[in-house]
Amino acid sequence: MGRNSPFFGDAAGSEVPKDGSPQQPCMQALVIVGHGSHLNPGSSDPAFTHADTIRASGAFDEVREAFWKEEPSFREVLRTLESEEVYVVPLFISEGYFTEQVIPRELRLGDWDPGNWDSDGTDADHVTLRATDVDKTVHYCGPVGTHDSMSDVIVQRAKSVTGDPDVGDGFGLAVVGHGTERNENSAKAIYYHADRIRDSGRFEEVNALFMDEDPEVDDVTEFFDAEDVVVVPLFVADGFHTQEDIPEDMGLTDDYRTGYDVPAEVDDHRIWYSGAVGTEPLVADVVLERAADAGADVGDAVERVREETGGADAASAGD
Amino acid sequence: MSASTPIEAVGDALVDAADAGIDFDGLVVEPFREAYRWQTPETEAVLTAAELREHADDPYATNWYYWEHVVEGHDTPRRAFLRWLEAADDLTVPERYDELRGGHTRSWGELAVTAVLSRGGRRRYEVRHEDDVGEDVDSYTDPLEARHLVKHDDDGRYRPLSTAPSLPHGWAFVDLDGSDLVQTVDYVYPATIANWHREREGDLDVDHWSDAAGRQSGIYGIVEQLDGDALEWAAEACCVDSQCLKRREWDESEDEELDVPRGDGEFPCREPCSLFIAAARKFTTLEREDSREYTFELTPAEKEQLEDIVDAVAAGRTDEIREADVNEGANRYRARFLRAKRMDDHGLSGTPTYPEDHEDEA
Repeated sequence: MGRNSPFFGDAAGSEVPKDGSPQQPCMQALVIVGHGSHLNPGSSDPAFTHADTIRASGAFDEVREAFWKEEPSFREVLRTLESEEVYVVPLFISEGYFTEQVIPRELRLGDWDPGNWDSDGTDADHVTLRATDVDKTVHYCGPVGTHDSMSDVIVQRAKSVTGDPDVGDGFGLAVVGHGTERNENSAKAIYYHADRIRDSGRFEEVNALFMDEDPEVDDVTEFFDAEDVVVVPLFVADGFHTQEDIPEDMGLTDDYRTGYDVPAEVDDHRIWYSGAVGTEPLVADVVLERAADAGADVGDAVERVREETGGADAASAGD
Repeated sequence: MSASTPIEAVGDALVDAADAGIDFDGLVVEPFREAYRWQTPETEAVLTAAELREHADDPYATNWYYWEHVVEGHDTPRRAFLRWLEAADDLTVPERYDELRGGHTRSWGELAVTAVLSRGGRRRYEVRHEDDVGEDVDSYTDPLEARHLVKHDDDGRYRPLSTAPSLPHGWAFVDLDGSDLVQTVDYVYPATIANWHREREGDLDVDHWSDAAGRQSGIYGIVEQLDGDALEWAAEACCVDSQCLKRREWDESEDEELDVPRGDGEFPCREPCSLFIAAARKFTTLEREDSREYTFELTPAEKEQLEDIVDAVAAGRTDEIREADVNEGANRYRARFLRAKRMDDHGLSGTPTYPEDHEDEA
């Protein structure tokens, strides 16, 4: 346990106080909800890794991962918890179909309405609801991808891939999204972080690029004057898109199976391709901040997790 | 309450609880005149507080302490599961202790879960593949390791369905406390303990196919179109014991049961899972096609060979068919011979799948 909670309840059951046991503070749980996959075993790795970081911080009595395509399902995760206060953080990049329809429906958040978030596509925060199948209060948070701290993670990713904690001078940064006509918010999240990082002035140039819409990542070198360009895909997990499509589209390699250099020379530019941002350890901090924003009592865990995951010195990109 | 030994902790707790009274698993302690009445199915005595403390090593006392001060969690699935493990509802405390001294094992899916009596009535737990009982395997103590250990089967293939009967071998979680045991089992078979508990309590919330299909959206919205016969075939394909260890409790609807056997699993399946929904989506699109008549020439042995091949794939035993076992219809050489003889660019027996696309060639 190792935390102080402002809540007090009879979590230990009504029969126990009979023999004089002290009442237990109300327990709080964190649930990280991700997509998962029936085909790709690595899809759930980021959720597990970030959950472990937060578990080790001791900020929650319980930390659990749940998935759309793996188990426990969104449908059944809440009943595996003993805590009455549950903070649910979607490990998704953008607001849209999953965060607004699938997750609330499957969690049985009875009174959910997308209007609860009052978001224009990038500023969902949190809403407190009851799940209809369990006696628990659910604090349903916006996705990690649109939290301001994700800008820091993108910068952290640039530091990791270049091995230079001061990376910025002389460097361009491309933030890459999937881009899709089905969900306009998908692109909004990419532009949001690109704008924030550009405004911070850390990099010479910052551009948002996409796989399936203009401006396309295929032409990455055309969008930058800087010789060195860090390319960070805003994806949760590494998979088909980040490991096969994007490296080939940018010309880092003719065949993803043969791998590519970091940096790789393309059209007189050096491309520093980072792989999915979601695997960056600092994402654990974004998850934690989402829960803290929703009222979770996490003590000093945010600072400790930032310290541990390399984000302690991250000057917040947009501040 | 910083007792120096487990038994001293039990003694302190007994004395603390005696005034309010204890009535648990056959042990009754209650105030009686200036002392306390101590009663079990076997003995009855009147004890002073000091004498009560001397009973701290009695199985009834350590058992009470374990459940009420260590496990706690009344009404939780965790507590119910731990009590089920040692058949607490069926055995008296002395009977249980006899069993637990040597280790009491129950099966949960393909898991063997063992409870062992430890100091001061504490229990320690082990969990491993049931085939690995008594085997020398790699031991683990951190439940989180289970997530990675059970992700692939013994042949290294990804297991998207945790309750498929393909649990890998060669590991054991040892020296666990009750919480860690439950967490480990929950990583191997997620949510099975919670749903089993609900079923035992009479409040398992079953979502039948009509409910589950009706709430799907996006690309899965079409699964509602799967008809009753196809749903039977889908359940026979995916949900029987050879494919999944959960016991299917959902049907087509509240009023329409499926004929497919539900399975004998310890834990229930309360709704079609995501894998079933994804498969049902494919079945739905396949079922949109109407049957056609095709004319093939096959020898009787070739017809039976095709049936053997379908059977072998459906039973997942293609890997077991030996390379030189040409008596097996699904043998690779036999299949290659059939392909060489009977298939060309138009497929089986030279018959195009869509003859109308090839009318010019006739």
